[in-house]
Amino acid sequence: MDLHVTHAWYLVLGALLFTLGAVGVVVRRNPLVMLMCVELMLNAVNLTFVTFSRMLGDVGGQTIVFFVLVVAAAEVVVGLGITVALLRRLPGATADDVSYLRG
Amino acid sequence: MGLLATTEAAAHAGDVPLLPLLVLTPVVGALLLLLVPGRRTELIRLVAFLTSVLAAVASVYVLAEFDAADSGMQLVSHRTWVADFGISWFLGIDGISLFLVVLTGLLFPLTIIGISPGHDDKAYYFWLLVLEAGCLGVFLAMDLFLFFVFFEIALVPMYMLIGGWGHGNRSYAATKFFLYTMAGSALMLVGILTLVLLSADATGGPTFDVLRLGEAQALAPMTARWVFCSFMLALAIKVPVFPLHTWLPDAHTEAPTAGSIILAGVMLKMGTYGFLRFGLYLFPEAAVWAAPAMLTLGVVGIIWGAVVATMQRDLKRLVAYSSVAHLGFIVLGTFALNTEGLQGGILQMVNHGISTGALFLLVGLIYERRHTREISELGGLQSAAPMLAAVFVLVVFSSIGLPGLNGFVGEFLTLLGAFISHRWWGVVAASGVILAALYLLWAFQRVFHGRAEGDNATMPDLTWKEGVVLAPFVLAIIGLGLYPRPVLERIEPSVERLLVHMDAQVDDWERPVIEPIQIVVDDAEDDLGDGGDHDAGADEHAEAGR
Amino acid sequence: MEELIWLIPALPLAGALLLVVAGRRLGEPVAGLVATGATLGSFALALGMFANLVSLDEHERILTQRLFTWVPAGSFSVDMGFLLDPLAMTMVLFVTGVGALIHIYSIGYMHGDPRFHQFFLYLNLFVASMLLLVLGDNMLLTFLGWEGVGACSYLLISFWFEEEANASAGKKAFVTNRIGDWGFMVAMFFTFTTFGTLQYAEVLTGASSLAETTATAIALLLFVGAVGKSAQIPLFIWLPDAMAGPTPVSALIHAATMVTAGVFLMVRTSPILVEAADWVPTTIATVGALTALVAATIAVAQNDIKKVLAYSTVSQLGYMFLAVGTGAYVAAIFHMVTHAFFKALLFLGSGSVIHGMGDEQDMRRMGGLRRFMPVTAVTFIIGWLAIAGVPPLAGFWSKDEILLGAWEESPVLWAMGLLTALLTAFYMSRQVFLTFFGEPRWSLEGDGDAAVDPAAGMPGDELPEPKPAGFHPHESPWSMTMPLVVLAFLAVVAGGLNLPFSKDLHFLESWLEPSLFGNGHHSTAEGSEKVALAVVAIAAGLAGIAGAAVLYLKRRGRPATVEAAVLRRGWYIDSSVTWFMGGPGRAAFDAVAWFDRTVIDGAVNGVGAAVRLVGTGVRPMQSGYVRTYALTLGLGALAVLVLVLSRVAI
Repeated sequence: MDLHVTHAWYLVLGALLFTLGAVGVVVRRNPLVMLMCVELMLNAVNLTFVTFSRMLGDVGGQTIVFFVLVVAAAEVVVGLGITVALLRRLPGATADDVSYLRG
Repeated sequence: MGLLATTEAAAHAGDVPLLPLLVLTPVVGALLLLLVPGRRTELIRLVAFLTSVLAAVASVYVLAEFDAADSGMQLVSHRTWVADFGISWFLGIDGISLFLVVLTGLLFPLTIIGISPGHDDKAYYFWLLVLEAGCLGVFLAMDLFLFFVFFEIALVPMYMLIGGWGHGNRSYAATKFFLYTMAGSALMLVGILTLVLLSADATGGPTFDVLRLGEAQALAPMTARWVFCSFMLALAIKVPVFPLHTWLPDAHTEAPTAGSIILAGVMLKMGTYGFLRFGLYLFPEAAVWAAPAMLTLGVVGIIWGAVVATMQRDLKRLVAYSSVAHLGFIVLGTFALNTEGLQGGILQMVNHGISTGALFLLVGLIYERRHTREISELGGLQSAAPMLAAVFVLVVFSSIGLPGLNGFVGEFLTLLGAFISHRWWGVVAASGVILAALYLLWAFQRVFHGRAEGDNATMPDLTWKEGVVLAPFVLAIIGLGLYPRPVLERIEPSVERLLVHMDAQVDDWERPVIEPIQIVVDDAEDDLGDGGDHDAGADEHAEAGR
Repeated sequence: MEELIWLIPALPLAGALLLVVAGRRLGEPVAGLVATGATLGSFALALGMFANLVSLDEHERILTQRLFTWVPAGSFSVDMGFLLDPLAMTMVLFVTGVGALIHIYSIGYMHGDPRFHQFFLYLNLFVASMLLLVLGDNMLLTFLGWEGVGACSYLLISFWFEEEANASAGKKAFVTNRIGDWGFMVAMFFTFTTFGTLQYAEVLTGASSLAETTATAIALLLFVGAVGKSAQIPLFIWLPDAMAGPTPVSALIHAATMVTAGVFLMVRTSPILVEAADWVPTTIATVGALTALVAATIAVAQNDIKKVLAYSTVSQLGYMFLAVGTGAYVAAIFHMVTHAFFKALLFLGSGSVIHGMGDEQDMRRMGGLRRFMPVTAVTFIIGWLAIAGVPPLAGFWSKDEILLGAWEESPVLWAMGLLTALLTAFYMSRQVFLTFFGEPRWSLEGDGDAAVDPAAGMPGDELPEPKPAGFHPHESPWSMTMPLVVLAFLAVVAGGLNLPFSKDLHFLESWLEPSLFGNGHHSTAEGSEKVALAVVAIAAGLAGIAGAAVLYLKRRGRPATVEAAVLRRGWYIDSSVTWFMGGPGRAAFDAVAWFDRTVIDGAVNGVGAAVRLVGTGVRPMQSGYVRTYALTLGLGALAVLVLVLSRVAI
């Protein structure tokens, strides 16, 4: 079986990862897991960018990945910080327990 | 700070960049304040005072350096900021802004020593100094972007001052002040961008430089009118012009005394100053087009403000409404679009700053002693505090526009200017002087005359320190009333230049000037024959001048 | 001499400044002496100027001095400059002269007042302003003095501010005056736009080139200003109230000097008035005559010794405007001068009476005072005869000239003037008889229950409390009586300024000639006609005196028939104005304030409320559940995607 790994495979993987992340954000309640799901989505996008970059022979896509990585890092620093602080104050809290911003 | 460094480094050899120094002194002072521990109240006050005195000295030095004969921008400081968008650090001063800058420079130290905040001194003085930088920046900026930045910067400290150190309903007043002004300036930002982008072709790439935009006059007439309106709305709210004035009494009443003084003395002038600098200069045709409407609003403001002031029960509200009336005179003078009116308008800006600033200071002193501003709870204060009453009556007379005191000259010139260009507006507006006497003297009577009872009878008189703070006001009131010439002389060339610019830009408009009748000396031996013809000609002339 | 003109107003101004700085330390009586000295200095200087002026040729009698440019703005420029011509000289002389006398009098009158120095500070400031008014070489400087005297008048009327009534009177005076000032200001605008200058020298010489409509407008507006300052109908209501001030103030400001500023202004600008439409002078004359008559009828029924004189002043000012309106400018100035003498005398005399009576002002509590206060009584009687028009005292000559001018203009005006003369003689006689003659009425007669109030039954409002038994009025100190004697002397001889008998005796007329630009009124009446008119005037005066004598001295007839309530209340003019201001006027103001608060500010707050309402409507969308947000976000992105793709596909 000639299992040639084409570009499409990467794209499908990216889509799968993204869906996984998106569904995770929507269904899970643990803030830590939700954050991880967001990371998953970001990296799914990164994968897609790299793939297209290679497909089109344009280095722009790979450049953008670096931006995304930086943003993701920043997001993790801030988001994780908030989440840890939150969990320390309310151990075992779910995202729904902190709906302080309800209008 | 980097900006300061580059500016200074790049300044002409041996030439002190006076204007940037003036603007940045309060900023440096404010930053220094942050380093002082909050407990050291005395030190904080000292730093704030010294900074403001430094700025005052700088502003007086600017006055000394100012060349009275030069009508253009002086002491210019020009550095590129964001080159791609044509934004630059462009400060300059001319006769129109000179005395507003000096007024700002002198008013702040007096405010700082005259009134203490009572709590949170550090934050209070910090905001006050930031406010000073913003106010000075507004009057000095000759780049629209820079102007807008300063215009908005000045808003925040005032919001904080009202919200943090104000009276009773302060958060309502602060929010109203902030949102109202903000709504206007948002529209102005759109106007600025429209102007800059549409002028980009004519000015060779986008520029925010006021002078170049004014010279270019690249907008189509209808567009110019729309953009003019966006400027006017923002500035008219700031002035405030009737019927956009209702934030003023609330802000003034709830603001701490220092806030009221600066608000009335300096910040309201940002609007009227903007009328001249941007309204008339950038959009001459639209200004001519809008003049009758603005004059009408000015007249209505004069009468309306006075009438409403008469019925106020709160002393500060009364003074606030009197500001509406006084600024009506300034609007009137500005849109008279002649030298007399414009000069009077600018002088009136300075005068109003002095008189109303002093009035708010005095009301603040009464409030410190009696903890009330309700007119009905005061009475007979003159027997307890004769000195306070004496200064108060002088300031009241100045505010009424008594000849010999500062208020009169400006008021008279604005009315005269209005009369020259639009006769009936001048006639109606002049009746404002009757109402001014009515509400101010009635208030004075209710507060100071009659028999003192209760706490009113034991109210302490002015202290030595308060006397020192009030003395410059008193001197300015009398000095500007009897010898306004040095001020008027410095204003005139720039005003003249502005009008020449307008005259050149607007085709079907001549600036209103008077044409005196030919005086015929009808001595019997003097040309008997055509004496009658002469007379008739003179009559026609007089009719035409009307 | 010219370079010293500025010293005339500067001396009292310096006095005022000195009193500002050191008044409290100087105290009584030094503060008063300083002020008096300053005014006397001005007077001496004025005398020197006068001598200098007289020595000049008639057509060169104009001294000018320019100090500095006061207000330069565009084409507008006004100097701080002085113009000393015969008209200004006349004013300066009697302002400083009478002013100095009243200063001296005040030292005695204000004795013991805790604000003694402040009083003299204001008084000096007043004299300085008044001198600026008359000396200014342009309308704006005159206006400076004009408002300055108004401000001093305000400060002095409400000098005893502890009484609400005094404070209100001061405010009323200032605000009412401001109505007139509006006219003055607009007149200046007109003048400037027409002539391009406010300088008298140019305006007055150029007046002959004026278009009639312009001249009419300027003259009428100036008259509005004069009506306010000189208390003519309909703005006269402030003057009677102004009597709330200390009596020397009433004498100086509200009788002799400030209130005549309106007349001065009209005479100063007479070349413009001459160019105006004919109905303008007629209006001025009518207003003057009407004011004279109405005020005289009111004076008949007043019980307050100062109120009588106040209405009398209004009435006499009416005479002066009658003269201005009939073109008899010299007569107006003549009467102004004589009136300054005898009315200041009467006011100071009444002050002396009030002083001696222990602050009693109601004439029903006086009577027989001539035995207690001989000097005051004699001088007062001289003042009475002067104002009543008894020859050869001053008032007769000046009044006669005015009536002559009125006669040549219109018999109706003359008749009104004559009736006023009769009434003047009547009410002044009434005052003298009630005050100085008859029996004392200040304390009860008899003891215990049998005590009778001698003043009971006299018409008027509630009687003041009688004085305790054993009260004795006393004559005033010399500082108060000396000015009375001097003024009495002047009231007798001032008629000599302008005697009608021969051209050579028209001193004032030929003196003022250059200031009037040949617009002076020259009588065309025959000698016999003049004599007849004078005889009629004398008869009217004597009839008035006789009538009062019958009613108040012989006590035949009932005074109440004359002193009707409608007259005592001043034809209800003042109370109507007060009612209107307090009623509909105030309601209108309140309505505006209400509109401002509810509608204009309401609209602003309404915008805020609307934003808040929309916010409340959409806030449930913010559930606080992050997962919901994420889902919404995803769905939204999907929707956008679908939209874009569908567009692209098509």
